Amino acid sequence: MTTGLIVHRAGPGLTIQDRGRPGYLRFGLSRGGAADQLALAEGAALLGQSMDCAAIEMAGIGGEFEVTEDCRIALTGAPMRASMDGARLAWNASHALEAGARLSIGAVEAGCYGYLHVGGGICAPKHLGAMSVHLAAGLSQPLAAGDRLALGADPHPGVTGYRLTPVPRFDGGTVRVAPSLQTTLFPEAERARFETTAFRRDTRGNRMGVRFVNNGDGFHSEAGLSVLSEVIVPGDIQITGDGTPFVLLCECQTTGGYPRIGSVLPADLPRVAQTPAGASLGFRFVTPEEGIAAETSERRDRGDLHRRIEPLLRRAEEIRDLLSYQLVSGVTAGTDREFSEA
Amino acid sequence: MTDQVAVNWPQIRNVGIDGLLVSFGARLNEPANRAALAFLDALERDGPEGIEESSTSLVSTYLRFDPVHMDHARLRASLEHMLTARDWYAADLPTGQRLWRIPTVFGTDLAPQLEDAAGVAGLDPDAAIRSIAETRVRVQTIGFAPGQPYLGELPEVWNIPRQTRLTDKVPAGALGLAIRQMVLFSVPTPTGWRHVGQTAFPLFRPEAEQPFVLRPGDEVLFTPVTPEDLENMKADADGGAVWEALQ
Repeated sequence: MTTGLIVHRAGPGLTIQDRGRPGYLRFGLSRGGAADQLALAEGAALLGQSMDCAAIEMAGIGGEFEVTEDCRIALTGAPMRASMDGARLAWNASHALEAGARLSIGAVEAGCYGYLHVGGGICAPKHLGAMSVHLAAGLSQPLAAGDRLALGADPHPGVTGYRLTPVPRFDGGTVRVAPSLQTTLFPEAERARFETTAFRRDTRGNRMGVRFVNNGDGFHSEAGLSVLSEVIVPGDIQITGDGTPFVLLCECQTTGGYPRIGSVLPADLPRVAQTPAGASLGFRFVTPEEGIAAETSERRDRGDLHRRIEPLLRRAEEIRDLLSYQLVSGVTAGTDREFSEA
Repeated sequence: MTDQVAVNWPQIRNVGIDGLLVSFGARLNEPANRAALAFLDALERDGPEGIEESSTSLVSTYLRFDPVHMDHARLRASLEHMLTARDWYAADLPTGQRLWRIPTVFGTDLAPQLEDAAGVAGLDPDAAIRSIAETRVRVQTIGFAPGQPYLGELPEVWNIPRQTRLTDKVPAGALGLAIRQMVLFSVPTPTGWRHVGQTAFPLFRPEAEQPFVLRPGDEVLFTPVTPEDLENMKADADGGAVWEALQ
């Protein structure tokens, strides 16, 4: 834990995030964790480390960083302009970050949340079993200039220069919705109209949830606003008083009285979180069986992420490094042996 | 109140693809609230295996499971079996309840909507404060924000609606009132509940051994104090609140 990461400059939405802290729903605390869990998994795959490693989530804009010892980094999620001592770094890739070099990460070029992963993961005190900052609950604080973070032991020091083509999810699209406890409060015609409506992501949104707007009428349930407060889970689409949908994300409230038309599948939540303001998003109902099948296939894909890793194309002068690396590591990058968990 | 319970309750409904909700009524009532708490307790003691998380809301018990490895229909069937095993509406409250006395400033700049709420209820402010302060309310559920209790039930005169316009922000420790219920807010939040009282009682203490202080079944009396008293109580870890065991 002698290696450290120094934050020289921090955008306003830099937080340490991991898989969150399930288990506190009954106490009113939502799970939290990285807004884009797939990006967390992609970083873990690029560095060949556990999905439990914490990373830095960057909402909209990054910051400037330095490490006190040579280490590895990976950049995933919403693509941002990144450079090391002025040299451009590829996004969705792993890189060596030398001690003392200045890592600069700018604004998002698409999507909302970018992630900086470090070999061995970020180490921060755990609260209620996780390192994740939960902004809505006031659990820990965003990062600020001057912060020094400890790093865990890197399972594969020196193994860098890989890339991963991410599942596109940074410019809206369509997400799948499972029926939930209050879906039938909405008349069938209203649900059908919901599916065929093109929504735009509003500027209002954060880790608790994002608002979507549409041209034309809002959406209304038969129960009006007299629904008894009930449990809320991430993905729930609540229809607020003005008839606009609000998709709840990782830091959502745990109960609520607005009726919910359905729940976005967990597999599609990264797309919701990453849809930038102004981009369009549509919703499509699936049956519970289709939803479970989608979850099964999503988990298989996440488990197989490490198989999709490939070497970054290198400049001629670096071919030497690449050759020496291949000698060390075996045949190709991303073999099971190399990236299996220690 | 058991005779209020309609024949179509309890009900089991899906919550997305990985959750089920067992509801004991359409409206808040005490037997349904007790039933939900007792069912949660039973799920923990000898419920089906594979439940990853469970909680209660006002009249429902929620459980989450792994939809990839758990058979949805089988889980639902075992919940149905549990439901028929006994009369859940006749269940006792959880044991170990406490009675809390929480110092509260009613009205003033600290709780600016006391008079408004009293007016809607048709009470003068002093009578309104007396009515709230003399009612022992119970924690019906914890939810929305960490450690945040929903408390009830106040006398019928307090059956007042929420505001149509939200208050932009009430501070942590604010006491909100609507529909014969109160919420003690654990974090600053926008709300439609009228801000009638202000406490210095921290509901969520991430550093403490018991991060969440109140539990469903606990009872609370909100004791009137002056703003000066409350200021002095801020140094106290419990904001001047004291508790005693019930039963």
